[in-house]
Formats: sequence, C-alpha cells, structure tokens
Amino acid sequence: MKEKFKRIIQLYDEMISLPHKTEIARELRDEDDLFLLLLYSDMLGLPNPVFYYTLELYPYIIEKFHDWHLRMGMEHSPLDGIRCC
Amino acid sequence: MGGIWLAVIGGLVFLFGYKYYSKLIAERVYRLDPNYVTPAHQYKDGVDFVPTNKFVLWGHHFTSVAGAAPIVGPAIAVYWGWLPAFLWVILGTVFAAGVHDFGTLVLSVRNKGQSVGSLANKLIGKRAKVLFLFIILILVLMVNAVFAWVIANLFITFPASVVSVFIQIPLAIWIGYSVYKRNGSMLIPSIVALGVMYASAVIASRVEFLQIDLVRYFGGQEATSLFGLSSTSMAFLVWIAILMIYVYIASTLPVWKLLQPRDYINSHQLIVGLGLLYLGLLFTNPEITAPMTNGAADVSWFPLLFITIACGAISGFHGLVSSGTSSKQLDKETDARFVGYLGAVGEGALALIAIIACITFFPNVEEFQATYSGFAAASGAGLGVFIQGAGQLATGVGIPADIAATIVSVIIVSFAATTLDSSVRLMRYIIAELGEEYNVNPLTNAHVATTIAVVSSAALTLLPQGPKGFGSGGYLLWPLFGTSNQLLAGISLLLITIWLKRQGRNYIATLLPMVFLMFMTLWAMINQVVFEWSGVGESEGNMLLFIFGSIILIFTLWILITAASSLSKKGDDPSQFSA
Repeated sequence: MKEKFKRIIQLYDEMISLPHKTEIARELRDEDDLFLLLLYSDMLGLPNPVFYYTLELYPYIIEKFHDWHLRMGMEHSPLDGIRCC
Repeated sequence: MGGIWLAVIGGLVFLFGYKYYSKLIAERVYRLDPNYVTPAHQYKDGVDFVPTNKFVLWGHHFTSVAGAAPIVGPAIAVYWGWLPAFLWVILGTVFAAGVHDFGTLVLSVRNKGQSVGSLANKLIGKRAKVLFLFIILILVLMVNAVFAWVIANLFITFPASVVSVFIQIPLAIWIGYSVYKRNGSMLIPSIVALGVMYASAVIASRVEFLQIDLVRYFGGQEATSLFGLSSTSMAFLVWIAILMIYVYIASTLPVWKLLQPRDYINSHQLIVGLGLLYLGLLFTNPEITAPMTNGAADVSWFPLLFITIACGAISGFHGLVSSGTSSKQLDKETDARFVGYLGAVGEGALALIAIIACITFFPNVEEFQATYSGFAAASGAGLGVFIQGAGQLATGVGIPADIAATIVSVIIVSFAATTLDSSVRLMRYIIAELGEEYNVNPLTNAHVATTIAVVSSAALTLLPQGPKGFGSGGYLLWPLFGTSNQLLAGISLLLITIWLKRQGRNYIATLLPMVFLMFMTLWAMINQVVFEWSGVGESEGNMLLFIFGSIILIFTLWILITAASSLSKKGDDPSQFSA
C-alpha cells in the first residue's frame, strides 16, 4: 500500500515537473556549449591564452564533441585533429 | 434539474468519445503504428526529444493547455442559456477538439516533430507560414490584452486575492533558484508555496487591511479621481500599468527563474481547483436556476457562441502545444490518442464545471436574468459569476463561500498571469522572427520586441470602452480572441486534412469540423467587422476592433484560398509528406 502511494506521488511529481526538467537541461546544455566553444576556440582560429591547459581536458570531453558540433549546425567534425564522424 | 446531471451526461459523452470515436480515428484515419520510430527516439537528445511515459506526458500536455480561457468563454456564453453552451462544450470536445489535438500531435510526429507553423510552410507554402506567423501574432496580442483586463478586473472585484498573487512571485523565484542550483525536488517546496498562498488568501478574506482595494483607496465607486477618471477607471489604469511592468520583466527573464516554477505551482492549483469543484458539486448537487435557452438575447448565439467558447471546446493554442513540445516527447505513436485526445477532454471537463458553477449560482431565474441582462453585461459579469458560483460549490467540501471565492480568484489570476507572461514572450519571439524575415534588425533585439509587445497590448486593453468605462475594454476583445483562436484551429485541421488526402486516406473526420469551424468563424467575423464595427449604416462603429477584425479576416481568406488550391492539387507523392 505504502509502495503504491509512493509510486502515485512519484508519477504526479513527474507529470508536473517535466517542463521544468527540460528547461533546466536546456540551460545546462547551453552552458556546456559555451564551455566547449571556449575550449575549442583555438582550433577554430580564435586565440585562447589558456589553450595549453584546456588541451588536457580533451580526452574527457571527446564524447560530447560529436553532439556539440551537430548542435552547432556542423554536420561533420570541423576539426582535423578530431575525426568523430 | 440538479447540476450534477450535466456533469454525469458530459462525463459519459467524453468517456464514449474517447473509448469509441478516438479509437475509430486512431485505427481508420490516423492509422497509428506501435512500431513507428517517433522523433523522441529518432532525435533523442535528453532535452527536447525525450521518450516519455504517456501518463506523465498527458499530465504535462493537459497542464500546458488548460488555463483561464476555458473558464472565461463558458462564463459569458451561458448568457444564451445553458443548453447551447453545454452542447457545444461536450460535442465540440468529442468531434472537434479531440480530433484536432490528437491530429496535430500525429501530424507533427509523422513530420520530425515540426510545429504547425513549419508544417504550413511544408504543406501549403512559404507565404502560408508568414501569414500563419501574423495570425499567431494577432492571437497573442489579443491574449495579452484580454488577460491583462481579466487580472485587473479580478483584482478590483476580489481585492483579497491580490496579496496571495503577489506572494507567488518571490516564492516561485525562490523555488526556481533552489531547484536550479541544488537540483532538488520541487514537489515539497511548491506544496509549501501553495500552502502559504492559500493561507494568505484565507487571512486576507477576513482582514480588511490586507485587501488591496484600489477603488476604495481612490475614494469609492462614485468618486472621481485624477484626470477626470472615475475611481474604477483609475484602478484599471494603475493595475494594467503594474501588470505591464511586471510582464516586461517576467518575459525577459530566463524561463526557469520565474515562468517555469510559477507554472509548476499552477499545475497543482489546476488539480486542486478541479478536485474542489467536482467534489463540491457531488456533495452539494445544486439546482440549475439559469434558463435552458434565452429567446430574448440581444445578439444571436448563432454563430457567436462558437467563438465565445473558444478554449474548452476547440482551441488553436492546443495545436501549438501538441506540435511544439508534446510531439517531441511521444514514446510510441499509439500514445498520441491518450495524450492528445484526453488532453482535449481534460479541457472540456474544466469548461463543463465552469458552466455548472455559473448556472447554479443564482437563487432563481430572475436574478440570473438581471445579471445576464445583455451580451455586454454578461461579458462584464461572467467571470465574477463563475468565481462566486465556484465558491458556492466549494462550500460542499466545508470551505466558507467567501474564502473559497478568494481562492478561486487566486487560481484564475495565477493562470491568467502565467498565460500573459508566456504570450508576451511568444509575441517577442514572433516579432523577432518577422524582423529577421523582413531584415528589420532592431526588431530582433529582445528589449525592442518586448517594448512593442507590452505597449501594443496595453493600448489594446485601454483603448476600447468596455462595460465598466475606461480600461475595461478587454472583454470587448474576447470574441476577437475567439475568432483568431478558432481560425488557428481551423487552419491546423486543414493541414491535417491536406496531409491525410496526400496519404490517400479518408479525411472526412477532420474536414467536417474544419468546415464547420471556418464557416462559423468567418460568418461571425464578417458579421462583426461589417455590421458592428465598421460604422457603416446602423452600426455604432469601433475603429480599433474594425482594423484588427479586418486584418484577421483578410489573412483568413488569403490563407484559405492558398490552402484550397493546395488541397485540390493532384499527383503528390505521399511519401514526401511522411517521415
């Protein structure tokens, strides 16, 4: 009985919080996109004084790179060094 | 006759409509395929395209489409007697709204989750898209003007609701901020916020000091205030100015800061309100005191009824939600019937209880007729009657009528404020899009576009002279809001019809409601524009409404001619219009 009640409350919460979750995910994605843009700026031709340090982050974000360049409207990887697709 | 019987009959019609008619449409017309890969799976990105459980998606869809509109329309339309309003709400929901909401969802799912605006471009042509944008622009302008008036009117009529409504703003900002920064659950904080709002409504109902009554501050109803305005007109002016400043700020903030948490609190309010009213109806079973029909009406119900009850029977706004967000989150194509059709049924249930609350409020038919003495009087008084009637229903669950009326007015103002906020935001986007389309760069600036949206909305609210003098013109615009909203629904039905025809399927189920809706809307529009607002012959004339009405009428005819030529085209490749 207690489990059922919990499940109903959970379903109700999901119903109502869906648009909010989407909006927060969009905000966080926008922040991520900006971060990635700063990170790859040097490879895109924009001078980046901390390029040497951001280089170390590449292995950690390589999986996100493909989604990012698709979202930015680039069908294929714009960087010669990273051939993700 | 007891009001409960209307709820029972309406409920049964909705049930049969969903169980049999929507099943027929799903299998024979839209031909839903459980194996079809929906855009939610095809383009899954964790943000816009997310496969979602159908119950969760229905809840989201319903709370997005339901608001103050399905209450305002029926509250005015009972002027023609309860029977026409009741029949249009139940039959319109089953045969028009359900088919429309369900259809726009399916059409969008079959076309990569695109919105009806983009689909107009694809199915009819680029010109149709720009016309569509203009019609939506006029629609949101109407929404802004009408809902600003609704809120100002309720603040004046129910001053006890003001404190609760203003308390909601900091509470929503606090919830938005804490959830965004800490990623916690919103359920408990939003229920606490709701508790605080209702507690303040209860206290304000009984403590006069907490009732922000501007009319009283300006010297009472008979007094004349600054610039020769009556105190009521002055109160309208002040409230509308405050609302427009608020809406400017609210619509330029990121949505997660204010709009989303407000929406979240309002979703609880919708559930609370519906539960309270239907339970109250069950326990009180009040007698219907309004007449079944009104033979002495000063304006004919035919065709005006079909644009007065806009949301609640069928609404173009639903198509925007169906094709804008819900279609991107549909897990299986077969879920479209549950989400789309039942979303319309939920809105119908809200309109139904609004009718019942209004027609059971008065102690006898004479008092009903005294309040609903003419269409203008009904327009001015309708929403107030609903709130008092809803308060009376709520006494069935043990809440005193005055406190219940304050809580109901808080619920309505909250819905209207969120709608106002969203529609000003939407108007800003459309102005920016039109600016891009026609290379007018300043229009793409958020503050320029918002200023245009806010100033034009305020002008439209304040300029027409309404039943309560200066500043009360919002209700005069209600039929115009109805026409643009129904028109949007008609065009969406037309798009579905064109799509079905190109697929080589039977399109009668969408063509008939489309023809009915377009016929009623055009008839009502021509009647109003030519015989009421033009100033020609015996009509009184109203230049503002004449200009807006004429623009909508011309766009409608234009889009219809373009669409008719598109519908009559032969030899299309069906696969071109299906993903």
